Amino acid sequence: MTMNTTNILFCGTGGQGVLKAAEVCGWAAVFAGFHAKKSEVHGMAQRGGSVESHVRFGENVFSPLIPKGKADILVAFHSGEEERMRSFLKEGGINLFSFMIKAHQKEMPAMFLNTYLLGVLAGYLPLPEAAWLKALEHEFQNKKLKENIAVFLDGWKDAK
Amino acid sequence: MSNTSTPICFLSGDEALARCAWEAGLAFAAAYPGTPSTEILETLATYPEVNSQWSVNEKVAYEVAYAAAVAGVRSLYASKHVGINVAMDPLMTSAYMGVNAGFIVVTADDPGLHSSQNEQDNRLVARFAKLPLLEPSSPAEAKAFVPYAFELSEKFDTPVMIRLTTRIAHTKENVVTGERLEKAPRGFTPDPAKYIMVPKNAFNRHLVLEKRLLLLAEEAEKSPLNTVEMNDTTLGIITSSVSYLYAKEVFPKASFLKLGMSYPFPQKLMKDFASKVDKVLVIEELEPFIEEEVARLGIKHTAKHPSWRVGELRPEDMKPLADGKERVLEASTTRKPVMCAGCPHRGVYSVLKKLKLTVTGDIGCYTLGALPPLSAIQTCLCMGAGITMFEGFRKVLGKNVVGVIGDSTFVHSGLTGLVSAIYNLTKGVVIILDNSTTAMTGTQPNPSTGETIKGVPTKQLILEDLCKACGADNVDVISAYDTVGIETLMRQRLDENAFSVVIARTPCRLIHRAKHAQVCFNADKCKKCYLCLNVGCPALSKNENGLIDVDHSLCVGCYVCAASCKFDSLTRPKE
Repeated sequence: MTMNTTNILFCGTGGQGVLKAAEVCGWAAVFAGFHAKKSEVHGMAQRGGSVESHVRFGENVFSPLIPKGKADILVAFHSGEEERMRSFLKEGGINLFSFMIKAHQKEMPAMFLNTYLLGVLAGYLPLPEAAWLKALEHEFQNKKLKENIAVFLDGWKDAK
Repeated sequence: MSNTSTPICFLSGDEALARCAWEAGLAFAAAYPGTPSTEILETLATYPEVNSQWSVNEKVAYEVAYAAAVAGVRSLYASKHVGINVAMDPLMTSAYMGVNAGFIVVTADDPGLHSSQNEQDNRLVARFAKLPLLEPSSPAEAKAFVPYAFELSEKFDTPVMIRLTTRIAHTKENVVTGERLEKAPRGFTPDPAKYIMVPKNAFNRHLVLEKRLLLLAEEAEKSPLNTVEMNDTTLGIITSSVSYLYAKEVFPKASFLKLGMSYPFPQKLMKDFASKVDKVLVIEELEPFIEEEVARLGIKHTAKHPSWRVGELRPEDMKPLADGKERVLEASTTRKPVMCAGCPHRGVYSVLKKLKLTVTGDIGCYTLGALPPLSAIQTCLCMGAGITMFEGFRKVLGKNVVGVIGDSTFVHSGLTGLVSAIYNLTKGVVIILDNSTTAMTGTQPNPSTGETIKGVPTKQLILEDLCKACGADNVDVISAYDTVGIETLMRQRLDENAFSVVIARTPCRLIHRAKHAQVCFNADKCKKCYLCLNVGCPALSKNENGLIDVDHSLCVGCYVCAASCKFDSLTRPKE
């Protein structure tokens, strides 16, 4: 039932790593034993257009899209997109955009921003660290995996 | 992308369908790339047991894949909804001929036009062609639907259509995978009355088709894909596809008739379900496909307001739709995609704009040239129309017209238009924007790239030789970044009484990422005319002082902006 479904909305613009972040989150939920769904639209992702990905997990998820006003957490990579998608957050939902600003203050390289935000997100989700690490490994394989894990853990620490 | 040994899988609808087809003994598959169907063939290409290919267009893909089924192995065709239009000729008659081994026709529809030129509902194609239609609602359902589709195809001797939509094709979920079941090839036994569609044979096959449809209707009544969930009987919802999941989310207590095999309609099942509930509601995206049948059966029901036939449904639409309300359309606030920084199309378009030409466009990344500030193309109809609409325009409007088309699109269906234009004494200039890939769908190879879907080297189609062979008077190859050269060439060719093809050849930024030194901005020389911003590069912007900022994370040194600057404010860096 939808009562215990967790809804995370990722948004940003093409090239920011939005879809990669959503993919890692989806896998982490699967590795943690949940039924997960992740819905997005491809084709415009590398061309600077709006990009959004809906990740939902729980016992049994129906709709692939998060209903408006039902997102538990908004993970926005871009201020314009954050503004546009804010209406998807439920009352009392968590908006992680302040951490994007924090990441910029830390002068983090652009390629790690998505992993940092994932780490922050992990701090708000009931998924075990092992599931996240397995998901990161699955997605990054040999592409700067160590660096990505370090950034991820840094984000998680900041969320606490 | 899936892997044969992954025990736990999180797959998209496209990947799940491909995986389950492989498990069901699929031996052959063909397609032309098109969002949201592209990943089906990309996934199948990873399996050595499947002879898979990017065909040059959907008609070719359909015929080749269909032939493999007639020749005795399980086969699959996949395309986006509008690709089915290109394949309609063989599709309609293949319904008469039937198959031999199982044949699945996948249509990936795009309600909401996320990446398409229309949002046609291909359930109507299944009805038109009299093919059985299966509509899974999520990736995990591929597990049951795909083997059933092959069995149905073989039992009833018919192609079977499986319809996905964007929200199924591009949704990922947990999918239980299994082992592959090998199927022995059936071989081909000549049967002229079945496989040679001359009028007398085709007439008899039409009788077969009509009888088959009646048998399929009986099958639909007992198909395990059509499921009834009896809960609270005050509301009964008849639905299919992803709409089922939205309705289930919003009306969890309602009773449901979920049509997984939605054509031919299970009429008895529909009537029986309706008789057990107080109120019948039909929920479906786009056309009133199920609803018209419900009405025909005399079932009293709540019909959706016709305004809901436009656009995709979302969970928050369920209640207003159920209440019979008119759809309230919100203006889109999404950021529009742009051609990448360094995109080779930008230089060509900046010249065409400068020359104030009317440009007939086509389908691909270069369609983005239609958006401001470039606003460089004036038409985009369908694949291949960049050339054919050029011919019509040129003959009506005169010489200030050019046609543009990409390399993959040219091979898809521009070639026939080119031959026809030259044959019919057309003059003027067609530009092939050759970025050496099929960029918009994710850089798939095509005949002019010299590589197959599996990355195997093959004969490379040489576009300049081909155009010469078609009878083009002039064929010029030029770098797409050479805006000065393109301008000179265009002025010359437009003035000649000849048919010219200009091939603007520079590889796509997504496959060839080499960077040159970034463009230099000299603030002292800037006159704030902003001609540079008219080239529409995402790496350039106006800052608070009215000067130009170059985004160094984006600029790749194509210098198209420098060519547009009359005051040497934007320049190539000195050696």
